[in-house]
Amino acid sequence: MTMMTDVIVRDTKKSGWINWSPYLVGAGIGVLSWVAFAAFGDPLGVTTAYSRVASLFAIPVMGTDAVAANSYWKSMPLKWDYGVWFLVGIPLGAFLSAILSGTWRLELVPEVWKERFGPSVLKRFIAAFLGGIVIMYGARLAGGCTSGHGISGGLQLAVSSWLFLVVMFATGLLVSRIMFRKS
Amino acid sequence: MTALASVLGPLLMGTVFGFLLQRGKVTSCNVIENQFRLRDFTVLKVMGTAIVVGGVGVLLLVDTGNTKYYVKDANMLAVALGAALFGIGMVVYGYCPGTALGAIATGSVHAAVGALGMIAGAILYALSFDWLKAHILNVWALGKLRLPDLTGVPDAVWFAALAILAGAFFLWVESTEAKQRRN
Repeated sequence: MTMMTDVIVRDTKKSGWINWSPYLVGAGIGVLSWVAFAAFGDPLGVTTAYSRVASLFAIPVMGTDAVAANSYWKSMPLKWDYGVWFLVGIPLGAFLSAILSGTWRLELVPEVWKERFGPSVLKRFIAAFLGGIVIMYGARLAGGCTSGHGISGGLQLAVSSWLFLVVMFATGLLVSRIMFRKS
Repeated sequence: MTALASVLGPLLMGTVFGFLLQRGKVTSCNVIENQFRLRDFTVLKVMGTAIVVGGVGVLLLVDTGNTKYYVKDANMLAVALGAALFGIGMVVYGYCPGTALGAIATGSVHAAVGALGMIAGAILYALSFDWLKAHILNVWALGKLRLPDLTGVPDAVWFAALAILAGAFFLWVESTEAKQRRN
């Protein structure tokens, strides 16, 4: 009995180090927001910078002139600003965390997807690609993502951001119900 | 700010953000999908805590003159449509843009495929921008509106209500999860 308790305590300690409490993580992101507002005057966000960087990838597809003439990228040209460097930091931090906690692993098809749609890598890649198109188009149309609208806008009690949160979750719940329905 | 600080500052902010996302398990596709299936409430726990903790701090920072609000335009039609697309994309992709960037660095190959989709989405948005601007973006545009302005209910009341609601909801989630673990 004592041994079992020891094992449980040890495991809890270990998993406590690997998986931090979501409340602790949320509070950490909240505090990070204070710094973003007070020190940088630039709330946490992802997709504005992402679309700036996307203009680089658009050049081989559309041609340099077309990208330069595009009215959206005129209003949002590629510049190595706060948002873009913040963007570069995200994978760095996640990589560091995964290595330090020993949770880095190659994933081609996630568990939830495998259970529902089988182990086909191609199928998963196609869905991820299409999902990626739709989520970024939506993010740009709405003017932000889960970070820029959801967290940064939500914490400012912005009307636009709370509309985003409600509609995004409602649609997600609905689509998830359809996608994961038992056939 | 010196040139070096204007790179290292946001890079460090992004690194901390990515680290927190990974430790909070929200760089896992399974965790995000199971939030929309209502089987795992990690995403809401992280976001809810971030909004309340971040919001109270930012409110104090604004009140003491240490920062200002950076509210996104409430283009209600564009935000609603964009958020709906975002919800669809998030369930199909299994990530949001920020968590996807973290996931790529922790070994998720399908997240990287989706990131290419996100670039395509940004390009499609830029290509359709003129049409959207003429027909969608200015429909029911309320400007940089905050919930306290819209309702006349002061910030402090909003956050008190949010904290109580989130607290009660998370208590209920935790007790339900504890019951499930026992069974």
